[in-house]
Amino acid sequence: MIRTRNVSRRFVLKGIFATGALVVAARVVPGAFRLAAQAAGQTNADRSLLHPTVYLGINPDGRVFIVTHRSEMGTGIRTALPMVAADELDADWSQVTIEQAIGDERYGDQNTDGSKSIRDFYDAFRYAGASVRSMLVSAAAAQWGVAPESCTTAAHEVIHEASGRRAGYGSLVEAASKLPVPRPEDLRFKTRQQWKYIGTDRPIYDLDDILTGRAIYGIDARVDGMVYASIERPPVLGGTIRSLDDAAARRVAGVEDVRTLPSFTPPHLFQALGGVAVIARNTWAALQGRRQLQITWDDGPNAAYETESYRQQLFDAVSRPGKVVCTRGDVDAALASGSRTIEATYYVPHHAHATMEPPAAVADVRDGRAEIWAPVQNPQAVQDTVSAALGIPRGNVVCHVTLLGGGFGRKSKPDFAAEAAILSRDLGRPVKVVWTREDDIRFDYFHAVAAVHHKAVIGDGGRPTAWLARSAFPPIASTFTAGAEYGGDFEVGMGLTDLPYDVPNFRAENCPAPAHVRIGWFRSVANIYHVFAAQSFVDELAAAAGRDPLEFQLDLLGPPRLLDLKAAGLADFWNYGVSSETYPYDIGRLRRVLEVAAERAGWSGRPQGNGRGMGLAVARSFTAYVASVVEVEVGTDGAVRVPRVTQVIDAGTVVHPERVRAQLEGAAVMGIGLARSAEITAAGGRIQQSNFHDFVIARITDAPTQVDVHIIESDEKPGGVGEPGLPPVIPALTNAIYAATGRRIRELPLSKHGLA
Amino acid sequence: MVTLNVNGTDRTFDGDPDMPLLWYLRDELALTGTKYGCGLGLCGACTVHVDGEAVRACQTPLSALAGRRVVTIEGLSADGTHPVQRAWRELNVAQCGYCQAGQIMQAAALLAKTPSPDDEAIDAAMAGNLCRCGTYQRIRAAIRAAAGGRS
Repeated sequence: MIRTRNVSRRFVLKGIFATGALVVAARVVPGAFRLAAQAAGQTNADRSLLHPTVYLGINPDGRVFIVTHRSEMGTGIRTALPMVAADELDADWSQVTIEQAIGDERYGDQNTDGSKSIRDFYDAFRYAGASVRSMLVSAAAAQWGVAPESCTTAAHEVIHEASGRRAGYGSLVEAASKLPVPRPEDLRFKTRQQWKYIGTDRPIYDLDDILTGRAIYGIDARVDGMVYASIERPPVLGGTIRSLDDAAARRVAGVEDVRTLPSFTPPHLFQALGGVAVIARNTWAALQGRRQLQITWDDGPNAAYETESYRQQLFDAVSRPGKVVCTRGDVDAALASGSRTIEATYYVPHHAHATMEPPAAVADVRDGRAEIWAPVQNPQAVQDTVSAALGIPRGNVVCHVTLLGGGFGRKSKPDFAAEAAILSRDLGRPVKVVWTREDDIRFDYFHAVAAVHHKAVIGDGGRPTAWLARSAFPPIASTFTAGAEYGGDFEVGMGLTDLPYDVPNFRAENCPAPAHVRIGWFRSVANIYHVFAAQSFVDELAAAAGRDPLEFQLDLLGPPRLLDLKAAGLADFWNYGVSSETYPYDIGRLRRVLEVAAERAGWSGRPQGNGRGMGLAVARSFTAYVASVVEVEVGTDGAVRVPRVTQVIDAGTVVHPERVRAQLEGAAVMGIGLARSAEITAAGGRIQQSNFHDFVIARITDAPTQVDVHIIESDEKPGGVGEPGLPPVIPALTNAIYAATGRRIRELPLSKHGLA
Repeated sequence: MVTLNVNGTDRTFDGDPDMPLLWYLRDELALTGTKYGCGLGLCGACTVHVDGEAVRACQTPLSALAGRRVVTIEGLSADGTHPVQRAWRELNVAQCGYCQAGQIMQAAALLAKTPSPDDEAIDAAMAGNLCRCGTYQRIRAAIRAAAGGRS
């Protein structure tokens, strides 16, 4: 349910709107979002999901302003959501200016994560656009003395065909702004055939700025009088300074000060990590000064973190019973029956987000107020974090959101903004904090390392009659609750509990795993390891049965139907924060993406063996359905080439197909890159990688030569796009390697196996 | 004291001659189109032209630039219409856009020397430029388009 208010006389948005502008606020009221709010977590921002508000206004000169409250990190969301409003407004796109919202709870949830911006705000933007259009029509109709129903609109004009009269939107603004906003039930929306912008490919709003170097990312923000800070942080999570000698650092030309930052109090949340900041007139001087710091550290208990022993700990954890998170039938009875079983354990290492723009922020703190400029996915989390760090009210923190040079979940966690705010307060002047690449890789909120164990009792045709799935990973909850060892509903509900297979006896268990580094969301989150494990295991079952992986998958999925979640033991399935009535689990859609992908990739005539092969995988995640088919060539030297990846997505209604293709292309590259050589490891609690030479992300030469993306046409509710393209790519690759070479890859990265 | 030319303007710098061009451009001249990505010449985000050659600004100290001509993304064309920029626009190459200035400068230097590169030459020239969003397929296509547009 969406209610729209006329706020023309009450609402001034930082000087965007001229006097006499028509401004509406479309507010999504409780009801539709209740489930999401229950599933959401930690902050006021999350809870205020109940009250998201979309602001759209039009000035008397006709210029339309649409406020985007979601962050632009490369998905095109800053363009796509305004397209929805502009379409229902029947606006001329060249007359639309997009304004980026500051962090403010009146916008509702601003955390641009979970692939949910279109899903959650598509309707609100439609209502905002349609409301203003209706008011402009009413104003014109009143002026002309005709019935509003006899008027139409096109490209920024109201038209009365019968009399041939036309009025530009701008000329109607003053009169329209005095009208009541139409009731939601009286609004008329465009039909799909009438869409002008939704479903079309428009260049992203910031494209010209990006191509000419004018685009401003967080690292580019500048404030008069600002100084530059580079921070040496405790190398082990929770470590503290034992001794500091900063004399040499202070002697470096251009260095102005050296300051220590307080250590955090557990849980670490998004607090600053502590350490020593070198303040200088420019970045280079700060870096030079930092090199001269003499610090000894007290490492604390996390210094015991060693990747090799932790890997064994995870394998041990999944070899024992864990907490039951989903169950149906009787798995134990089936296991005790003496029937043949197949089992395998899979492992995915830590990954770093490694956004091309490292964390960076500018803060100007004075008189108990903080102004922040930062590339953040969640500006309200900046308000919360800075408010807590400085002990000032959250309303005294203003966060300007710049463009983000990549996000992938890292920039939902604004520890870097807290660092800048603390330093600005202490120094009494504006400060820019820039993380080096080494800082970024060593002090990330890492993607969890995970072990996943699958065991199946095999029946007729190699089909499992019972399935036990166990997963162990240091949970994201450890960032919010010190010592947490079990995953949340959302983590186990990403590819572990929600396995869609038609198997009568099934049990999923989550086994404990303590965290020794900061753990956080990474694009696709737990789907990465869960989908890798499950889709590899299904391929193993197919191979054991001597059946075609495609035919076997389809057989296991069963006939097209809506999955009966209760019967599947999933009555409490979190379903990505939305209702299962609105977003059911549709086996038919899952089958379809798989069938279309197989057909487009030429599955039936695929090469197999002698170093060439094709693999497939499929997953529903973030309420979208994606199948990937990967073609590989494996050289005798272990070199893995990927000539082609086929990606098929059904994300329901699609606002910007060209950006959807871009997301799916990028997901294919990222997936192949993650699988090849990327791995974060720890020794003595210290992260062993530091830059792109040892944390290896895909280069043009590693990427698939061709990514073929196909979007299923659909009128279903819009689903996610940014994340769903990634999970199936990795198992499709390793399944292809199996088809090509007979080698089954159960542990990533490939480089561990002499492949890359 | 170092005198150099940046985007057609003569500049004099009398600070630390070891300062990499990257930080001089970004912090001193406020030319923030050239990006920091790694500081070690591993990612190409800071690629600029020095006397027409693509170089990594993070690895180029100011002391090496006396009398040299530096062109950054801001100076590649007056109005964003260099053939590479046009091809990038046409194919919507950018996602987050952060690495794209470096990619464009690298591609422009390639095409200046090799007007019609094959895929192998493109990959060889572009292998030093990382893109975490994974826009490589479109980068390759845009370079081919820009090359085609000129011939």
